[in-house]
Amino acid sequence: MASRVDNLYFFLLALAGFFSVLIAGLIIYYAIKYHRRSPDQIGAQIHGGMALEIGWTVIPLLITMVIFVWGASVYYAMARPPDETLNVYVVGKQWMWKFQHLDGQREINELHVPVGRAVKLITTSEDVIHDFFVPAFRIKADVVPGRYINIWFHATKPGRYRLFCAEYCGTRHSGMIGEVIAMEPSEYQAWLSGGVSEGSLASAGEKLFQDLACNTCHRPDAQGRGPVLDGLFGKTVQLQSGETVTVDEAYVRESILHPTAQVTAGFQPIMPTFQGLVTEEQLLELVEYVKSLAARAETPAARPTTGGPAPGEATPVKR
Amino acid sequence: MPSSTVLIPPHHYLNDGYGIKSWLLTRDHKRIALLYLASVTFFFFVGGAMAVLIRLDLATPAGDLVTDETYNKLFTMHGVMMVFFFLIPAIPSVLGNFLVPIMIGAKDLAFPKLNLFSWYIFVTGGLFTLYALITGGVDTGWTFYTPFSTVSSTTNVIPTALGIFITGFSSILTGLNFIVTIHRMRAPGMTWFRMPLFLWSTYATSLINVLGTPVIAITVLLVAFERVFHFGFFDPRLGGDPVLFQHMFWFYSHPAVYIMVLPAMGVISELVAAGCRKPVFGYPFVAFASLAIAVLGFLVWGHHMFVAGESVYSAMIFSILSFLVAIPSAVKVFNWTATMYKGAVSWDTAMLYAYGFIGLFTIGGLTGLFLAAIGLDVHVTDTYFIIAHFHYIMVGGTIMGYLGGLHYWWPKISGRLYNEALAKLSAGIIFIGFNLTFFPQFVVGYLGMPRRYHAYPPDFQVLNVLSSAGASILGVGYLLPMFYLMWSLRYGRLAGSNPWGAVGLEWTTTSPPPTENFTQTPIVTWEAYDYRAPAEGHVA
Repeated sequence: MASRVDNLYFFLLALAGFFSVLIAGLIIYYAIKYHRRSPDQIGAQIHGGMALEIGWTVIPLLITMVIFVWGASVYYAMARPPDETLNVYVVGKQWMWKFQHLDGQREINELHVPVGRAVKLITTSEDVIHDFFVPAFRIKADVVPGRYINIWFHATKPGRYRLFCAEYCGTRHSGMIGEVIAMEPSEYQAWLSGGVSEGSLASAGEKLFQDLACNTCHRPDAQGRGPVLDGLFGKTVQLQSGETVTVDEAYVRESILHPTAQVTAGFQPIMPTFQGLVTEEQLLELVEYVKSLAARAETPAARPTTGGPAPGEATPVKR
Repeated sequence: MPSSTVLIPPHHYLNDGYGIKSWLLTRDHKRIALLYLASVTFFFFVGGAMAVLIRLDLATPAGDLVTDETYNKLFTMHGVMMVFFFLIPAIPSVLGNFLVPIMIGAKDLAFPKLNLFSWYIFVTGGLFTLYALITGGVDTGWTFYTPFSTVSSTTNVIPTALGIFITGFSSILTGLNFIVTIHRMRAPGMTWFRMPLFLWSTYATSLINVLGTPVIAITVLLVAFERVFHFGFFDPRLGGDPVLFQHMFWFYSHPAVYIMVLPAMGVISELVAAGCRKPVFGYPFVAFASLAIAVLGFLVWGHHMFVAGESVYSAMIFSILSFLVAIPSAVKVFNWTATMYKGAVSWDTAMLYAYGFIGLFTIGGLTGLFLAAIGLDVHVTDTYFIIAHFHYIMVGGTIMGYLGGLHYWWPKISGRLYNEALAKLSAGIIFIGFNLTFFPQFVVGYLGMPRRYHAYPPDFQVLNVLSSAGASILGVGYLLPMFYLMWSLRYGRLAGSNPWGAVGLEWTTTSPPPTENFTQTPIVTWEAYDYRAPAEGHVA
């Protein structure tokens, strides 16, 4: 990806260089060649030329459309993570980066990843807007409170890469920096097993699910007052309003914080909000737990589902 | 041509009354222009002083000159002062105020009292913002991004926002005044296509001012309401959407870029025509390019949000629209360059600024293509690349245009000539200082240095030191005109009505002009920039 961005950059650099030199050259040439010789001299009374006007409107238009298509194709690739990714959750807060790995490892301002594998970051913020920027990977995306925004990259060379917060976030903005540490897969495995882990993220979510008594209503046997969550993630559900929604990270999050906003058809809007009761990190644990339930219920239980996950994202979540 | 027998006219707008009251209660657009000149110059040097401190601090990687908080306040107030109190008002309210009525052969603007009122509003807004600055400052960045500005910042957000809110009305009223004046007050024979191109761009700017400014007024009010009353517009915890703010903010603030640069483009058209003594090549294309920029400029705000969670398809639409808005700017550059062909090209100070503008604006515009190409914007946005880009447009474009215009019309404004050699020297210093300051920022931005960073990795230091060195040169370049222009007021040679041998109604009246601009209403029978007959012969 970095080389695709750089190719476009060098093309534009050449183009900008060409036009800058052309304009500057013409100005200097004309300024010398047509320098005023006498105080009363006037210029040739030329008013314009249609061919030239059309030419210097159409040619730049064509050039910019080429750049547009090129830039858009690079962007499109950036916005579409591959199907198989290693997922890491990222929470930005003033002024640090917090990472949660699926296996339960937590890191601050350092992110260990294996090379040769696409890594998808599911990001959110606890407070204000931050921005996850790794110059070496040519990736950058705002980390927005209240939303999950995905960023993905594919490290090819082991090394330590700078991570900056690129959206101004307050006093210690320039201290909100870190490193992405890309490792050979074997070293990465060693790092994973070496860390002190309190169990996987999903298991932490499961514990929280019980502590918050979510399981009294969301029961696996379809007898609870809330929808069954097993096998739900990634499916499309019918809402009371008649609309449908794909169950993704953003929907699970919203259902916990604003339970009455998008109620599944056939259920009462009786769930209390957990706004203020769970932290962003705990939310991510719950999300990951609900995700893990999707795999658990491959059994053909009765589901209010109408289809598989939509290709791409039918939600406000980007990248 | 300047002749040895020029005399100062016995009656002109400057000696039509003395004393503070004759200025503070004036309704003369020319005197109001000078009131604005004094105010925007003051704000420019306030904003400039902050830039000096920023660059001093960035000379070393560690943030050691000021604290983090002070640094954040410095770049915020630098942006606020420069954008709202210098770049937006400078050319329209100084040169526009002085020239719009004279260029169309009118005695004054359509609403002279409203014009004076606009200045009082402007100063009130400025004082509010200065108050915010003196009593502690504000640290949100001039962009006031939510939810930082509404829930996190503990600084003077509201006084600053109010200052901007108030000043906005000055822009709206001045814009309205210009629109009505250009529609209704043109002298007999002054058809739309005989107007100098400066008026076309002033007109286009005024349209943006009237249509866009209310949006920023609403936006800052919403920020204030959320801060004070906790209305949930932008804070996600209150059910708001933080990115909504960015849409509203840039819906004004992107067109505001054109508010800043369109008038400078108008100035350049005048300078190039007078500097080459020939008509601007492709007059109607240049005129309509101004309107095209004003219209398209309203449709590209989303390009500030390519990495802010915008959907892929809306990013593509904003990308293609951003490329389209580049075309009329390119058309202007090509037309100015073509105007020089077979001209009687002068190397006067004003023309040096025009050369500088065209070169720097070209670089600023071309680097805009890098940012409109979305796949590349992702990497360079929010870095020093974008800082360099918009300073090439704002400083390389707008300030070069403003200073060029100020030099070109200074003899008309003051009746006297400045020291040409000193003026050329300072134009050269500004050009060199500018490039040394901002060119390295393109490089350090591409290498990944984010904007608004108080401390940075040591390997970026060389480029930052170059930039800081350039800034000190640039500072000298900006101070010099202060001195030689003031000096010329007393000691400069008398200019006579037309020292440059230029055409245009402003050169047919005396320097300085009488309060009513013309002794008799001119009747226009010639096209714009008609150099075939000497200017003096144009008085009907």
